Amino acid sequence: MKKPNLNINIAGVELKNPVMTASGTFGSGREYGEFIDLNKLGAVVVKGVSTIPWKGNDTPRIAETHGGMLNSVGLQNPGMEVFIKNDIPFLRQYDTKIIVNIVGKTIEEYCTVAERLASEDVDMLELNISCPNVKEGGVAFGTDRKKIEEITREVKKYAKQPLIVKLSPNVTDITEMAKAAVAGGADALSLINTLTGMAIDINKRKPVLANIVGGLSGPAIKPVALRMVYQVAQAVEVPIIGMGGIMTGEDAIEFILAGATGIAVGTGNFLNPMGTVEIIDYMEKYLNEHNIEDINEIINGLII
Amino acid sequence: MIGNVLIEKNREIAPDIYEMIILSKKISEEGFPGEFVNLYLNDGEHLLPRPISICEVDKENHRVRLVYAVVGKGTEIISKEKEGDKIKVMGPLGNGFRIGRKEDRNIVIGGGIGTPPLLELVKNLKGKTKVYLGFRSNPILVKDFERLGAEVYIATEDGSVGYRGNILELLENHDIDGDYVYGCGPRPMLKALAEWCKKKDIPAQLSLEERMACGIGACLVCTCKINTENEEWENKRVCKDGPVFFRDEVIW
Repeated sequence: MKKPNLNINIAGVELKNPVMTASGTFGSGREYGEFIDLNKLGAVVVKGVSTIPWKGNDTPRIAETHGGMLNSVGLQNPGMEVFIKNDIPFLRQYDTKIIVNIVGKTIEEYCTVAERLASEDVDMLELNISCPNVKEGGVAFGTDRKKIEEITREVKKYAKQPLIVKLSPNVTDITEMAKAAVAGGADALSLINTLTGMAIDINKRKPVLANIVGGLSGPAIKPVALRMVYQVAQAVEVPIIGMGGIMTGEDAIEFILAGATGIAVGTGNFLNPMGTVEIIDYMEKYLNEHNIEDINEIINGLII
Repeated sequence: MIGNVLIEKNREIAPDIYEMIILSKKISEEGFPGEFVNLYLNDGEHLLPRPISICEVDKENHRVRLVYAVVGKGTEIISKEKEGDKIKVMGPLGNGFRIGRKEDRNIVIGGGIGTPPLLELVKNLKGKTKVYLGFRSNPILVKDFERLGAEVYIATEDGSVGYRGNILELLENHDIDGDYVYGCGPRPMLKALAEWCKKKDIPAQLSLEERMACGIGACLVCTCKINTENEEWENKRVCKDGPVFFRDEVIW
């Protein structure tokens, strides 16, 4: 049987397949590169990058919950200069796209990172306005329509690469936030980031996380993520990268049918370091079984 | 390596303490004292692998011995795995102990479930080794350490075996001395041990425990604060840069 086409196009960038890594779960790929062939991935979405090094939150930064996990890492990263020096050359050894997740405490900081990366060899930027684990920046921008539009518009002025805006699910109407990002000039959207949650140790009568609250991810949030991808796909024209609890190839196909052009695996990497590659294999198998020649034919292909 | 391996043995050796022997050529050959493996549950509810230290390796027979405590639902599920079944494992992981010089008088100190990784360490240490182990009650692995020819001293908090009290009190009260300390145990014990070593000016390598997710250094969940020359402190990853650190680099 002929190999089905898995190539997708997001804002003018060609990816060999729709499978990416969700920011913050995969570093810059170095560690997982020991287990999988990074050449096989559509793109590596790296951990959030800020102007200067961020130390993140205190430990414990993780709590396992039923079918999910809470994290409160708090965007620990070595800053843009170290990232540019160490991680871009590392990733460029591989035939995969590089998407850099950018973070900041102020609009100016986000702009500074975008401007610094403008001359660097990266394929796309992902604006992180949805991290629930930092006191300034992050989700503080991502839950207000006006702020979303403003920050997107400002960062677009400095960004040379296509700009993806990563949306928070901790809002009343995700489509309003999606429209605001598109109004600000977003070339694509990624959703969802984690849902704010909490876990308590009843014997110690203390929160499990040092940060008290954290971001919930994993299969527990998949139905919410899928619903939001579906709603946003009906509301805007730009391509969507869907994520939230994707563990298997079946999960990934669900997101594509709901309207995602690309998909990202996050927490799933912890359970199965080879998961991304297995999902790519499954996509081919699914398309073959359904006599579909091109993955693009099933994007937003839900029959209602 | 990551893959499914055969469970040759999985049984309780003390209340809530289990011994599992898995068969893996790769892990038995490459596993080093202080390193660990990830055990995967794959039950749909528990997503995260459980990091378990390597207690002993048998390179000839490809056996890897793990001794673990049942501390929650995940380890409870692992404790019910059947002998003859397979379990998904990744390893060896982490940075273990650096083996010291043969002229050293080694002091090896274990607390509770921090004891198992010290067995493979003692097997590999050169020089003279004395082992001090502290438990709330019910000591484990004592005969295994004795089998290696080490002098073993026990402290139990309930006084059921050996010295009555904690391991630091035993060290203080017996005026213990040596050239190098290796330790593994709960964080408060390691902190007190680091202070004791500093007071006596003995270098030490201590193995830390922290809640982990990926186990390979990607997710930055299991960080610990480390002294640096230039700035106040930096984060290192317990799973990848550790779990073994030098006592003076850790900010306790």
